[in-house]
Amino acid sequence: MSSVRNGDAGGQGRSAPAPGGPADTALMLELNNVEVIYEEVILVLRGMSMQVPEGKIVALLGSNGAGKSTTLKAICGLLPSEHGEITDGTITFGGIDVTHTDAAQIVRMGLSLVMEGRRVFGHLTVSENLVAGAHTRRDSHADDLDMVYGYFPRLADLRGRTAGYLSGGEQQMLAIGRALMARPRIMMLDEPSLGLAPMLVSEIFDIVQRLNRDLGTTVLLVEQNARRALNIADHGYIMEQGRIVLEGPAADLADNPDVKEFYLGIGESGQRRSYRDVKHYKRRKRWL
Amino acid sequence: MEQAEVGSAYVETFIQLTITGLANGAILSLAALGFVIVFKATGVINFAQGYFLLVGAYLVWAGMVQFNLPWFFAVIVALVVAVLMGLATERFVLRPLVGENVISVIMVTIGLAFVLQGLVQFIWGTEPRPMPAFIPRGTVELLGVPVTLNRIWAVVIAGAVLAALTLFFQRSRHGIAMRAVADDQQAAMVVGISVRKVFALAWALAAASAVLAGIIVANLFGASGEVAVFGLLVFPVVILGGLDSVPGVMIAGAIIGLLVSYTAGYVGGGLQQVIPYIVLVLILLLRPYGLFGEVRIERV
Repeated sequence: MSSVRNGDAGGQGRSAPAPGGPADTALMLELNNVEVIYEEVILVLRGMSMQVPEGKIVALLGSNGAGKSTTLKAICGLLPSEHGEITDGTITFGGIDVTHTDAAQIVRMGLSLVMEGRRVFGHLTVSENLVAGAHTRRDSHADDLDMVYGYFPRLADLRGRTAGYLSGGEQQMLAIGRALMARPRIMMLDEPSLGLAPMLVSEIFDIVQRLNRDLGTTVLLVEQNARRALNIADHGYIMEQGRIVLEGPAADLADNPDVKEFYLGIGESGQRRSYRDVKHYKRRKRWL
Repeated sequence: MEQAEVGSAYVETFIQLTITGLANGAILSLAALGFVIVFKATGVINFAQGYFLLVGAYLVWAGMVQFNLPWFFAVIVALVVAVLMGLATERFVLRPLVGENVISVIMVTIGLAFVLQGLVQFIWGTEPRPMPAFIPRGTVELLGVPVTLNRIWAVVIAGAVLAALTLFFQRSRHGIAMRAVADDQQAAMVVGISVRKVFALAWALAAASAVLAGIIVANLFGASGEVAVFGLLVFPVVILGGLDSVPGVMIAGAIIGLLVSYTAGYVGGGLQQVIPYIVLVLILLLRPYGLFGEVRIERV
């Protein structure tokens, strides 16, 4: 009935995509048993495997410290700048091994990251931020500027404004627009809803969906806001302590009683439970 | 009659001191700009910046006198050597130090300063070398006051280079990339900017602008150890302007230049050599981030 599968309890990573998994269409990004160690001692990812099919929206969910951001940084080649390294496993992008490729090359290949906390260039103007986003492009990017301003009309009004003084929502839009300027084949977003009002979150998620639909951009969405993320995603992964513990089509995941209980905050009886209970319960029952 | 003459002599002195001050200020701004570029982009405080001027002065002297090159080629050769020197500094001196603490990096740049000074003395000796004039040395009348032409050229050249660099930072792809790296290195990496290339570019620009400043100084005063003394004025300028502010170094350069010139003209007695450092100490006490130091943007 449901195709939600639990990850291996013994910590053995899966290597072959299971039937009915996300591998039905061409794979854009694949992580295979990736292990990441920070500062040569702290094991953050322990056999992380996931697949992102071309043209889909994939959500990667999990609580704080599960390793979601580290996963994205590992993909983007950002670990060396944080004293981390991939010690095992492989990451392939469009069939090419990018496990140890450097960050600039990865962007050039068509993989863009919208970092957690927006990270716009605060002292640059809105339009300079966007131009910086097109750094890897040799061709003219005038059309793309128009396209970004089309998706985010508010940025067009603010183009001469210093980015550091924009509101949180505007900065998030700018961060997405900046990533878009590189013409990515896959866009990865790290907690785009962080610290935004619910209205703005809807707006951002709407735009992510439109980008996926109109431009065919594959999306890998890392979120704490599980409900919203599963709402727009095709497929979902749930991560805990550095590996995937549950995965499946987004709709099935949203119906899964465990997910409901731990991430959507809805108890067996259907009514919402207080976050505190959920947190407490979660500590006792883990998938591992 | 007598009174009027005294008055006009006073005005004349004032204008001449002002022009001298602005000329020196423009050169100082040019020299200090390199310091700011390196600090902004890479976070390194480069104590060797003043000695890049010294190298520039002797390079162009050697080109013109020892190799008999036309002045234009001598300048080009000096700039090419400057760029190579900047790139080599980044690659062999600073890159191995990435991640080391600030004090170690500062000590290394101080060491680099001594190495540059030693090299110059080793190759060209310590005696001052008079410079053949290549910027016209005549005088023109400005506001009814005779002013030496080479000072005006110094202002024009330094101003043009400062304007070009400002434009570069505002408009060009690489200029924007440099500012992006200065702003947030990791975010810059995420948009595909190579932080290493930006560092290399920063050092090349810093060395080239300092060497150019050194060439202008040499044209005014000849090539000698004095050029490095002039180069040391970079520090009062950047402290006054704010370590990371490009408009700051331009204004602070003019302020320090004028201050030195007025002190020399009206007070004298060597005070002009001390006054910039008095300013430096005062600024550090009263306003450590300088006049235009970057304010951290914090939204409330």
